[in-house]
Amino acid sequence: MKISIKKDQLVAYVIVALGGVIMLAPFYFMFVFSSHSNSGILSIPPPILFGDFLVENFNTLIDFLPYFWHNISLSLFVAVVVTILNLLFCSLAGYAFAMFDFKGKNFLFVGIMATMLLPPFLGMIPTAMIMSQIGWMNDPKALIIPAACGAMGIFMMRQFIASAIPKELVEAARMDGCKEFKIYYRIIVPLITPAFGTLGLITFIGTWNNFMGPLVVMNDMKMFTVPLALRALQGTGQVPWGAVAVGAAIAVLPLIFLFMMASRRLIDGLTAGAVKG
Amino acid sequence: MNSITSQSVPHKAPAKKGNFWLRKGNKIAPYFFISPFFIIFGVFGLFPLLFSLYLSFHYWEPAAGLAAMEWVGLENYIFAFQDDWFQKSIYNTGVIALKSGIPQHALAIPLAFFIHTSFTRWRNTVIGVYFIPYITSTVAISLVFTTLFSRDFGMVNQVLTSLGNFTIADMKVLSWIFPVENIDWTRPEYTKDMISFVVFWRYVGWNTVLYLSALQTIPRDLYEAAIIDGANRYQQFRYVTLPMLKPMAFFAVTLTIIGNLQLFEEPFIITGGTGGIDQAGKTAAMHMYITAFVESDFGTASAISWILFMIIAGLTWLNHKVLGGSNH
Repeated sequence: MKISIKKDQLVAYVIVALGGVIMLAPFYFMFVFSSHSNSGILSIPPPILFGDFLVENFNTLIDFLPYFWHNISLSLFVAVVVTILNLLFCSLAGYAFAMFDFKGKNFLFVGIMATMLLPPFLGMIPTAMIMSQIGWMNDPKALIIPAACGAMGIFMMRQFIASAIPKELVEAARMDGCKEFKIYYRIIVPLITPAFGTLGLITFIGTWNNFMGPLVVMNDMKMFTVPLALRALQGTGQVPWGAVAVGAAIAVLPLIFLFMMASRRLIDGLTAGAVKG
Repeated sequence: MNSITSQSVPHKAPAKKGNFWLRKGNKIAPYFFISPFFIIFGVFGLFPLLFSLYLSFHYWEPAAGLAAMEWVGLENYIFAFQDDWFQKSIYNTGVIALKSGIPQHALAIPLAFFIHTSFTRWRNTVIGVYFIPYITSTVAISLVFTTLFSRDFGMVNQVLTSLGNFTIADMKVLSWIFPVENIDWTRPEYTKDMISFVVFWRYVGWNTVLYLSALQTIPRDLYEAAIIDGANRYQQFRYVTLPMLKPMAFFAVTLTIIGNLQLFEEPFIITGGTGGIDQAGKTAAMHMYITAFVESDFGTASAISWILFMIIAGLTWLNHKVLGGSNH
């Protein structure tokens, strides 16, 4: 790379590398612990290499959380449905804001953006009360419907459509007698698949990790999402740390996989959504 | 609703109404396309907020049903303010916000500068390594951290004490900076440090990426001019990079303030939902949650959530005054 590296720069490289180790260490130990028994984990020094207790730990996890498979499928189901709905609704709204002129457009757009300033905890209590009033406690609907169309997604889609699709294309299609919805799914949708990819990843990960939402609307163990199920392991007297590590690994592995597949796109999408917003 | 009916019309009488749809379609369609957001936000966003505001001025016994609400004016707010636990939770939130927030930015800026100037081939890998904590499940990773921070068997203490006991010629040369004995991180004086570290760990990469994106927009000629003027690397950083990063610093600090003041998941998991010994790790958002869902005092909890919102809005505004300048 460089012909000569100065001494202070070498120090900086070492610091960055050490920092990188600290960043990755929790993941590493999560996997190591998931392959050790409780007494193995709770020994001095703690294990730093992989053991052979993985299957036992997984069985312990299932003992403590009999619905864990259901929890995983529920988490997946909610994350997938929320993602699909966001792709549909956000791209429709983004399309409208990027390609149409209509009365109140700027006002409405600013209004949508302003909702991003509302902190999630503000809605926690009333949402829980409303869900229990309309009978949606322990119902996946309570996690899906409120999250079905996010302001950030609308913003991302608007930016992408405005920059990637010339207005003339839409106007030409309209001249040819193409109906509005048909323009959307015949012309817009095929051209915005990259934005779908980015928004889809971000939405999926955010929903999969969501803890505060399910915490107040899911109180039946069977209807726990993965983060809630993991959290339930804490209240069990002698905490089965190996099983906790297995569960944590199951919750994190899909994310690591997605991140490795598309880290650039994820990082760019997340920061662009924040920076330009 | 209007737009929905007009869209179903063409199917009944395609010839005549079809023309109508073609003529008027692009007037009505955008409203139809943006309606999902407003319907969903109206029902599950705006309405809950108004309801919570209403609730914050009422006393309510959940068991008695929604009809049993009693107007109490500002009493919930006064009660919340006078509550020692609330004051403590605000204090905790502030301490954790500073202890995790300041190092985040103090490290992210030089790190971003170094990645920007000194990495080419490994650039994306380094960024990825620092960024990955941001996208992982807070709950899962906080649970892992509670193991790593355990007093007798935790890796954190192992590393710290082995550094603290590092001896050269019978002298524990590092003992003034590292502990020589295991630290009980669940003790009140350490709980906030533990939480702050996890928060720092999670967001330092995020901030680095934000600063990196700003660094990329600094024109190269600025550096070239500085080099011609004889500026060394440090001087370039100090007199070119830092001033140019100010708008991004404003933005990133705003995000940190907003995020850190509503910390919930990390302290919740790390303290097992209790707030820890002596409530040392209980943040304001946790206090709100516990007031509502453990103590069933929804009125006070709603008041707390609005107080917290006002604090966040106030500090964001203050930050805008201090750092924002003319940029934003």
